[in-house]
Parts: sequence; structure tokens; C-alpha cells
Amino acid sequence: MSSINGARKYISRGENVAARMLGGEMMIMSVKDSTLFSLNETASVIWQAADGVTPLREIVEREIVPHFEVDAETAYRDALELAEELARFGILRIADEPAG
Amino acid sequence: MNHQVTITIGGLPIAVHCSSREFLTMLEARYGNFLAESHIGSVRPEGVALQLDIQLIESAPSDDGRGADDDLQVSFERGHWLMQRGDFLARWDPVSGRGLVRQAPYPYAIDSVMRIIHSLVLAESGGGFLLHSASAIRNARAFLFSGVSGAGKTTIARLAPPDATLLTDEISYVRRLDEGYQAFGTPFAGELGIPGEDIAAPIGALYFLRQGPRNRIAVVDPARAVAMTLRNVLFFADDAALVEKLFAAVCDFVARVPLFELTFRPQAEVWDLII
Repeated sequence: MSSINGARKYISRGENVAARMLGGEMMIMSVKDSTLFSLNETASVIWQAADGVTPLREIVEREIVPHFEVDAETAYRDALELAEELARFGILRIADEPAG
Repeated sequence: MNHQVTITIGGLPIAVHCSSREFLTMLEARYGNFLAESHIGSVRPEGVALQLDIQLIESAPSDDGRGADDDLQVSFERGHWLMQRGDFLARWDPVSGRGLVRQAPYPYAIDSVMRIIHSLVLAESGGGFLLHSASAIRNARAFLFSGVSGAGKTTIARLAPPDATLLTDEISYVRRLDEGYQAFGTPFAGELGIPGEDIAAPIGALYFLRQGPRNRIAVVDPARAVAMTLRNVLFFADDAALVEKLFAAVCDFVARVPLFELTFRPQAEVWDLII
């Protein structure tokens, strides 16, 4: 289980993925094996903000909490779970340090 | 002496050269509807003609006993696309447009090579793709019917009314022109065994086929439409850059063309819904 109080996490988009916004959903394809993912609205927001230098918690507090009916801790926990899930497929990368 | 026949599909001419007049006569009979000059511009740069030189051999070129049904391999090495199947070996330079095909003296191999080259050229252009689908023109618009084998592509083509013009019952040629998409006829026939007409029209809709107890049309949401379209796109190359372009092209297509799921009874009345 992820520790929501742990070290800062930074997320960046994986390499070899193609992404397009379509009908309010972000479509992402791994160009290595053509696996296709479709992200819902909140997941799309997180994907678009994944610049490798903004802490995930800051992304959640700035982009998710003000726009969706969710408290900060729940939103952060959900965002971290999503990031870990996407990282398993190489769609996102999670780091403890900001990208250089 | 080398003879030549030019086969134009989707506005893209490919000049086929071969020393055997008999072989080219066979191609002329097979691709009869597609031997004329195209009136529509090619997706290739002006002045770069595509040419395939055919070397006929008595038996299949692979020495491991594989046949025409074996897996196709397409790879890019040192500036050339290499295509290999049990019944042919081909090498094509996408810059010069020229290629060499070693194959047995029947048309199926060159047919496959042309499908691959068209799929590569379309993917590189970012403005189209080949789709596993039947298609026909009705009321000046093209309608595509996509699905895996057994979904009903040939069935719906067979049920088409007299005022519909068949483009193909197997592989549709989709190209972006200006702000919309057009479907072109292809000679790539399925179970119907009849080549399409060499004409094109703006695409009115793409239907994903499934057979059921009654006729019904349902809207497909964009995410599912992208997945369903990609599943039916013909693409053979293991090339990340081209896959990315193809993905972008399919997303653009889905954003511009109405897509539906068509459940249909295999009776002519289904065409009452296709207008």
C-alpha cells in the first residue's frame, strides 16, 4: 500500500507513447506493443500535468481538488494509485526527485 | 526485355516491371479496374514514382519450406523495408520508391507486397490507412463496414442494393483529403471475389458490424471507436515512429467521421438504414 505521507513523488510521461485527447478522454498508446489506454477526465488532467518537475501532491491540489468534489488526501491517494498503475505499463514514470 | 504495367490504387500509382509478358497479362486481368491514370493526387511527393521489379522464380524463395500462409515479416534495415513471407521476398526503398520482389509466378505475392507498401506510404503520410472493411458508395457518400473475419463484411456487400457501388468487400482505402476523409475502391477482394470500382467518395460513416436478431444502430464513444478502428487497420511494420503516426491518423479520423455499431440481420432491409 502506498504511503500518502511519504517522500515527494514526481511523475513524467513515459517514452514511446502517443497521446491524443478525444471526446474528453485522453487516448494513450504504447507504440512498442500498440496497447491502448483511455484515461477518464481526472486521470487525463494528471497525465497532462505530468511534467517531471511538479510534485504529484501539488498537481493534485492545484488541478484536481478545486475542480472535483474530493478532499486532498483522497485525491492524492487515488492519483498515486493511478500513477503506479500507469507506471507498470510504462505509460508514466514515478521518481523521488524532479527531472533534471 | 522488361515489360511494365502500372497499378493505381488510392491515387498512388505503382509501376510493376517484369520480363514475363505472361505474368503482367495476368496482373492486367486481375487489376483491370485499376490500370488507368489517377485523377487524384498521390500522397507521395510529386515526381517520386513507385516501381517494383519482379523476379519470377519457380518455387517459393524461402528455403525452409514455409508457404504462403506463414507469418509475414516486415522490418526496416539500412534504409529499406524488407518483407518476407513463405512465397516472396521483397525489398523496397521508401526514398527512391523502387523495390525488388522475388516471387513465384502467381499474383498473390505481389498483391500482398502492394498492400504493405500502400499501408507504409499511408502511415508515413499520416493521412490515411487501409482498413479491414467492406465499403460502398451510395448517394455520393462512402459507407464503410468493418469487422473481423465472419463479422459480415462480404454479407453486407452482397446485400447492397443496385444503387450502391462496391468499393471492396475486404480492404478499404482511407485517405484524408482537405478537411475530410475519402474512401477509394480497391482490387483487394474478399470472399466475394470481385474487385471494387476505381472511384472515391467522402466517407459518410464507418459501421462496426455484428450480426444479430434485428437491425440496430448505436453510437460508439470515441475511445472505443479508436480501439475498434485500430484493431481493424492493416499495418505490418514493427516501427514505433510509424505506429505513432498511425495512432494520430486514427484519432483524427474518429474525430471527423461518424462511427456506429451496426447490428444487422443478414437481409437486404439493413440497407434501408444506410443512407
